[in-house]
Amino acid sequence: MSATGMSPFLGGSASRELPGRAPDDAQVPSPERDRGIVASVLDAAGNARGSGYNFAYLDEGTKRMIRRAILKAIAVPGYQVPFASREMPMPYGWGTGGVQVTAAILGQSDVLKVIDQGADDTTNAVSIRRFFAKTSGVATTTRTTEATVIQTRHRIPETPLTEGQILVYQVPIPEPLRFLEPRETETRQLHALAEYGAMHVKLYEDISRHGHIATTYAYPVEVAGRYVMDPSPTPKFDNPKMDDCPALQLFGAGRERRIYAVPPYTRVRSLDFEDHPFRVQEFTQPCALCGARGHYLDEVVTDDSGGRMFICSDTDICETRVAEAAR
Amino acid sequence: MLAPGFADPVHDAQGTFRAVMDALARPGLVRPLAPFLAPPAPLTPELAAVALALTDADTPVWLDPALAEAADVAAYLRFHTGAPLTDDPARAAFALVRESRRCPPLGRFALGTPAYPDTSTTLVLALDTITDGQGLSLSGPGVRGTVRVAPGPLPDGFAAQCAENRADFPLGVDLILTAPGRVAGLPRSTTVTEA
Repeated sequence: MSATGMSPFLGGSASRELPGRAPDDAQVPSPERDRGIVASVLDAAGNARGSGYNFAYLDEGTKRMIRRAILKAIAVPGYQVPFASREMPMPYGWGTGGVQVTAAILGQSDVLKVIDQGADDTTNAVSIRRFFAKTSGVATTTRTTEATVIQTRHRIPETPLTEGQILVYQVPIPEPLRFLEPRETETRQLHALAEYGAMHVKLYEDISRHGHIATTYAYPVEVAGRYVMDPSPTPKFDNPKMDDCPALQLFGAGRERRIYAVPPYTRVRSLDFEDHPFRVQEFTQPCALCGARGHYLDEVVTDDSGGRMFICSDTDICETRVAEAAR
Repeated sequence: MLAPGFADPVHDAQGTFRAVMDALARPGLVRPLAPFLAPPAPLTPELAAVALALTDADTPVWLDPALAEAADVAAYLRFHTGAPLTDDPARAAFALVRESRRCPPLGRFALGTPAYPDTSTTLVLALDTITDGQGLSLSGPGVRGTVRVAPGPLPDGFAAQCAENRADFPLGVDLILTAPGRVAGLPRSTTVTEA
């Protein structure tokens, strides 16, 4: 068996032989099959049946270490807690940080949703969802309202989050000052001193060059009036959703070995200037599929002659609206 | 004979952690914590659950005099967690406090450093109650407006100590308040006033 054949990401024949297993969503990647909660498959001991992995893949010592980091991250909102990030059976850049955070918090009764740029049905989302279905046996869903834990790569669902939910972000570069100051020793001092002038200079240079703040994603925010934080490369469209959010927001950066958090009902302010206030992107047309306005839209090229359409980036809310309209 | 630890180490530890995480993320929210543990007295099941879920060889643990005097408690924690015990509160990652009224001043524990505020002590207090003691009003991250809790018994001047702890933010200790079957959180980001 090849090394990759051992990967829990790859649905080998073993998973198909499991009695009573729910339909494997990646082998038949159809939205219809993928809709709704896929039942959990746990044995009497609560481990994913026949997977051979500890619950949610990580060993208990690693989970304890990550859990301690999460508690400190919650106590100091926006501060990046170093943690001993493990190698995961997936490459850096595919959400190793988010996966470790999810693995550390996940319990048997959780319902997991995973999105990649708002979509439940893209490679990254499907593979991570199957990873946890296989290694933990928890129920999975594509519906935002049914999920208790939502792991996301770079979007916040359009459906408002609630108090019972936890949003786990996959973060590539957690340090908002990294492109202004490459030395970790220096950025750590800048955070300790709350010295964020350089970030304001960067935004000001945007204005002097373009006439407006041209930063459109990974737009820096100030958390609870203290730490400046990278909200991960979400479009700045999503920044207002982080402010005073009822859900707990956790951020994991696997390669950079950092965990940080925004507790519920916490002030998250996008940096700006009095004469250049923070603004989100606006779309001139509604979603071509569901007709929604006020959602973040993806541009889809439809032919070779310049044809294009704009559709919701959040597949769950778009499909829900299309289904409701058809009724 | 040594008392057993979690019956289901994986999921009992996860359940304890989630209760503590919810409590710290939402100060003032009292979460149920019902560990089926029978640790040696005077260690409470709630203190034992937090210790078993979160401490290991990487985390020096400080025991208050009431716990430190009981040899059974040290043996129980050493066996189940492997955590080194320390008698210096300023070196402790976790501090277990059985006699909450005699809890040392918060400033005697590790407060972290400006560059690494996460290197501070997490105190775990065993209280009689979280809802029928001394009224405290909480506000800050995790709290919508203000919320009231009433933990007890507490050391004298507890609200003032919390105010000092908050004034040093981002330095400071974080508190996990336990009572029989209950847990609540008081992270350093919370503003505490008497109510």
